[in-house]
Amino acid sequence: MSINKEWYKKGLRDGIPIALGYFAVAFTLGIVAKKAGLTAFQAGLATGLTNASAGGYAGFTLIAAGAGYLEVALTELIVNARYLLMSCALSQKLSPDTSILHRILVAFDVTDEIFGISVSVTGTLNPYYNYGAMTVAIPGWTLGTVFGVITGNILPASLVSALGVGLYGMFIAIIIPPAKKNGVIAALVIISMLASLAFSKLPVISSVSSGMRVIILTVVISIAAALLFPVKEEDDAA
Amino acid sequence: MQHNIYIYIFIMAAVTFLIRVLPLTLIRKKITNVTLRSFLYYVPYVTLAVMTFPAIIEATNSIWSGLAALIVGVLLAYFGVSLFGVAVCSCVVVFIIELIIL
Repeated sequence: MSINKEWYKKGLRDGIPIALGYFAVAFTLGIVAKKAGLTAFQAGLATGLTNASAGGYAGFTLIAAGAGYLEVALTELIVNARYLLMSCALSQKLSPDTSILHRILVAFDVTDEIFGISVSVTGTLNPYYNYGAMTVAIPGWTLGTVFGVITGNILPASLVSALGVGLYGMFIAIIIPPAKKNGVIAALVIISMLASLAFSKLPVISSVSSGMRVIILTVVISIAAALLFPVKEEDDAA
Repeated sequence: MQHNIYIYIFIMAAVTFLIRVLPLTLIRKKITNVTLRSFLYYVPYVTLAVMTFPAIIEATNSIWSGLAALIVGVLLAYFGVSLFGVAVCSCVVVFIIELIIL
């Protein structure tokens, strides 16, 4: 029991910067939701149940446009498809005898950030680590949206701009330490960033949505790396 | 056709949850295939790198503040500063630089 408690606390601690970042991002999401005609309650419900930034944004814009239900479903599938890859990766991080209930609860909040901290845990992932992170991250996310709907543009633009970068700071803190130790990961990080830049700037391919860009580049670059630099069992702990 | 906002929300939540829950509940065993294991091992680093850049320089009011946050973040992370430390310092860098140049 006390081991679970330790993990829970650790998750709680690592979840705080995530919750703060979420609050800022969700705040801007709330402004989008308000424009789409959602009440604070509806917007909070939508973000509290989905926990997805791109998914929330896409959903609200489609609602604003009065899109069909099928279109909403397909769009959510595409912009959130990266979570499919992340969940596959997380399934290998959990102990094989983890119960189905734990798996379902962990799955509920597989986000870019919580995935990021979960995979950076040394060894096997204890679900209580995720519960700790979720305890602060989900309220941060939901309340951020609610406040965004209610208060609109009260926060000065300079503060919103500064807070918005916190999530990326966290991503950097996750990928740089392993890259320092492992040359293949370092090269992959650089290649991925350059490819991402190319995809967002070059004519024609820049019309690919950012959700699709993440999926395509992740699949292509990771497959190439897996074929060229297969990982032996022991190196796998990171 | 009049759309119900709660059906919209339900569809958003259901699709997003299924995407997350199916792999975690269906893949119960350790994958033994080396290529597949290696693929899943590399996925997080590639995904996070793709999502960070160039998004970090587009998220801020100025390209330069975002770029500065990226450089400071990489340096701090390289020298072992914690997740929280890197995140907060990135925000502070953006705030200060935009105070000066905007």
